[in-house]
Amino acid sequence: MRRRVILVISVLLLLTGVVFIAAGKALGQDNAVLGKAIFICMECIGIG
Amino acid sequence: MGKGIRQKFAGHIRLLVQVFFACITNGFAEGFATGSIYQGAFKRICVPGLNCYSCPGALGSCPLGSLQNSIAGRGKPFPFYVLGFLTVFGIVLGRAVCGFLCPFGLIQELLNKIPFPLKRKALPGDIYFRFVKYVILALFVVILPVFAVNAYGISAPWFCKYICPAGTLEGGLPLVLTDSGIRSSVGILFFIKLAILAAVLIFAVVVYRPFCRYFCPLGAIYGLFNKIALIRMTTDQGKCISCGKCEDACKMGVDPRTNPNSAECIRCGECIRKCPCKAISVERLYSRPSQQ
Repeated sequence: MRRRVILVISVLLLLTGVVFIAAGKALGQDNAVLGKAIFICMECIGIG
Repeated sequence: MGKGIRQKFAGHIRLLVQVFFACITNGFAEGFATGSIYQGAFKRICVPGLNCYSCPGALGSCPLGSLQNSIAGRGKPFPFYVLGFLTVFGIVLGRAVCGFLCPFGLIQELLNKIPFPLKRKALPGDIYFRFVKYVILALFVVILPVFAVNAYGISAPWFCKYICPAGTLEGGLPLVLTDSGIRSSVGILFFIKLAILAAVLIFAVVVYRPFCRYFCPLGAIYGLFNKIALIRMTTDQGKCISCGKCEDACKMGVDPRTNPNSAECIRCGECIRKCPCKAISVERLYSRPSQQ
């Protein structure tokens, strides 16, 4: 029973994650990630 | 294949996976030579481990850096995209990400293989220090980037800016060494971060994965998923003879007999290999429970 409950929770969270990625992509958040990541992040390297 | 050879081979599989994944996620070799970073479309995808997207070789984005940049500043939308990646990685793998897919974890593990007479299994106050990573997660990854905004509503990725030693090692050092423009911009912050990196790397020789254990907010996130992740461990209490070999073998300070899915477990599998009774195993959630 415990394993089944954990499995249901896991699958629901997995679906939530996939839906979040799809929603983020639909909202253009992937472009925001790309837009930041293609430039050298001065904060990340300890200069900004 | 003999049992001894099979066990030895199994012990090296994780190292091979770690090296392979570190090479794959940092596969833009040209960047190291030219002091530039990859700017292609793969950068919109988050990698599972702590891997700075300003590393000259990085092909994907660091989920922690992306999360901070998605929420830093006033009026930012809910970060569906990055949280989606963190949820998928977390629910499928949990902290197996730390054990198998994190390049910075691999570096610390390799450093811990250096012989040193004063090696420690844990720092004094280990159980209290473990909570520091949750404080860093809450404060430097969420609260400060969201609320510490300037007059223009702009904030900073506080963890990346003030703490992250992976960024200094993978991004800062190679770029400072290869790009004269960046080298001329180096200031006090860079040297503070360099000191943090040096401390982590020196500690890694003494203690197993000190950054993962005590400070890594990404490990804290994945640790929250460990109890419900699809990759889980189980201890068969009927087979366990409480010899304690699993606890002795665990370098992360977990007792697999009582808490096989501890938030600290990075799924290295050392306890499975050391158990003389085969009482510890990877739990298959999709299979029918055995009749006992």
